[in-house]
Amino acid sequence: MSGPSTYVPQTDLTRWLDSRLPILRLAHDTVWTFPTPRNLNFWYAFGAILTFCLGVQIVTGIVLAMHYVPNAGLAFDSVENIMRDVNYGWLLRYVHSNGASMFFLAVYVHMFRGLYYGSYKAPREVLWILGVIIYLLMVVTAFMGYVLPWGQMSFWAATVITNLFTSLDQVIPHLGSVIATWLWGDFAVGDATLNRFFSLHYLLPFVIAAVVGLHIWALHVPGNNNPLGIDVKGPQDSLPFHPYYTAKDAFYVGLFAILFAVLVFYAPEFVGNPDNNIPANPLVTPTDIVPEWYLLPFYAMLRSVPQKLIGVLVLVGSLLTLAFIPWLDWSPVRSNRFRPLMKQLFWVFVVDCIVLGYCGSQSVDAVRFGMPMVVVARVATAYYFAFFWLIMPIVGLIETPKPLPDSIAKSVLGTSAAPAE
Amino acid sequence: MRFALPLGLALAVVASAPGLAATGDQMPLKHLEWSFEGPFGTFNRADLQHGFQVYKEVCSACHSLNRVAFHTLAEEGGPGFSDPQMKAIAAGYKIPAGPNDKGETVDDKGQPLMRSGTPADHFPAPFANDDAARAANGGALPPDLSVIVKARPGGPDYVYSIISGFGQKPPPGFKVTDGKYYNPYFIGWNIAMPPPLTDNQVTFVDGAPAKIDDEAKAVVTFLSWASEPHLEDRHRMGLGVMVFLVVLSGLLYLSYRRVWRDAH
Repeated sequence: MSGPSTYVPQTDLTRWLDSRLPILRLAHDTVWTFPTPRNLNFWYAFGAILTFCLGVQIVTGIVLAMHYVPNAGLAFDSVENIMRDVNYGWLLRYVHSNGASMFFLAVYVHMFRGLYYGSYKAPREVLWILGVIIYLLMVVTAFMGYVLPWGQMSFWAATVITNLFTSLDQVIPHLGSVIATWLWGDFAVGDATLNRFFSLHYLLPFVIAAVVGLHIWALHVPGNNNPLGIDVKGPQDSLPFHPYYTAKDAFYVGLFAILFAVLVFYAPEFVGNPDNNIPANPLVTPTDIVPEWYLLPFYAMLRSVPQKLIGVLVLVGSLLTLAFIPWLDWSPVRSNRFRPLMKQLFWVFVVDCIVLGYCGSQSVDAVRFGMPMVVVARVATAYYFAFFWLIMPIVGLIETPKPLPDSIAKSVLGTSAAPAE
Repeated sequence: MRFALPLGLALAVVASAPGLAATGDQMPLKHLEWSFEGPFGTFNRADLQHGFQVYKEVCSACHSLNRVAFHTLAEEGGPGFSDPQMKAIAAGYKIPAGPNDKGETVDDKGQPLMRSGTPADHFPAPFANDDAARAANGGALPPDLSVIVKARPGGPDYVYSIISGFGQKPPPGFKVTDGKYYNPYFIGWNIAMPPPLTDNQVTFVDGAPAKIDDEAKAVVTFLSWASEPHLEDRHRMGLGVMVFLVVLSGLLYLSYRRVWRDAH
């Protein structure tokens, strides 16, 4: 898409098609010849890995939906039926349930990579925002998917999260309750809720796929950022996507699949919660209601605030903040390789997210390592917001970046820049 | 960084394991070397068959096993009963029958019509419904055991610790609630289940020793299979998949190096 198309149809058929629907031209320009910086490292493979994850979730999900029954009285049984009686049903379900975790693992690496190398900065703001939208859609989809087995944690997670809307009652009386009732389709989480969650859980992945299409489109206009964070200045700085990055990405997808398979075949319940093997029971509340690991940091932020409405605002704010990052970072330098101060604060931020995740996994009144977890969560929440709203703009102004290299080719190939292609 | 999140999760699991600090806190679970653990784990066949006998003669008095069908007792990766054995086991159970030729569902004494079990039937529940189960058990509901091993933190170790963990002296000052039993592996220590096992309560058909620990180990193995009947399948396929993926990744690595050889 960047630069003129170099596609030349070779046969009568492709010439005929090209003048009517240039779909092969599109594929050729986006997958084959697309000029890609020659210095992309391991962390850039996660785009391909995420595509793989989305594909796996959609394929396994479609087959699971053939056997799953979205009915409060039958859902748990139908999942057990999949696990026991459907041919390779256990495999499909474990790939799908662990696939969600692998998907989030990959998306977090992808997001941290974008943060580290400044991939959100001009001219890639729209690309970044589309990524944030994909992430939010993933969260909603995963949450609804977690409800479908209709175990104890499914039911109570649905109850806790939908009840967050009732905090709006503090702003306009009854508004939140009306919204919650509308979401439930009933006066509590029940059969109607399960049905609509199933419907939306089936719909949203295709919306994600569509936004991924836009994300890739928005990527192909400015082209990839790269670990140096400097622009591609000429053909010597880039390589055609195929075969260079198809080969590289395929290898890393293979490694990712090994990790995925270890989880599926040897520890399929590792990321799950034992309580979700107990059928949903509205009369028995589990001792600790915890979301899946990938939502724990946000759960910790929500719980760190004693006032419910403000807690919800913090939760929503923590997610929406991501969309503003392109305008919060005032440094002209993209890559943290050349930003000595920001690099350290970035790693503190990574640790901060893990600390938040840990806090979210503990009960509210827990004291660990001699510290009350709720206080730790408050400090970590403060850093989360401070990182984006204070550190990013201020450090961008006061920091002296290291000198940037002249070009990608020079940096990768040394001074004798005579690349063979 | 790519291992940070699972690591954080692992830390969370470690740090959340409680010590025996306060009254009612769960005692650290007993840990056994289970035959089905690890990437090559398979169920010990003898334990499965013994465990089935313990379930049938002891547990099934109060606990249902609703999701397990008789035919799975003879399937690969299961207890390994022969087809005739499995059919005999099924036929030994009475299952509520459908309406007879005349459309009746009760006999001339008003009792529900019953028939012998077939391989397609599931284990019948000991009580007609949850309320009947509660009424017969001092208000407590004996949970269904079909997925019990996956439904409790600690899995097989938890179930093993509970059923073999009776008979200990409560710490001074701890009063066991009337109608309950002291079990330090149960959160709160007061469990409604009476001690289910005694030495030689079950006489194994092959004459194997039947101390409480043997019985407990056998029945936990059986219930682990009931919770995860395709575990052996999964481990076997996992090995094939791992070999395939490692070879594939190796080839992909070679092609990646080959493609990039001239680029850098």
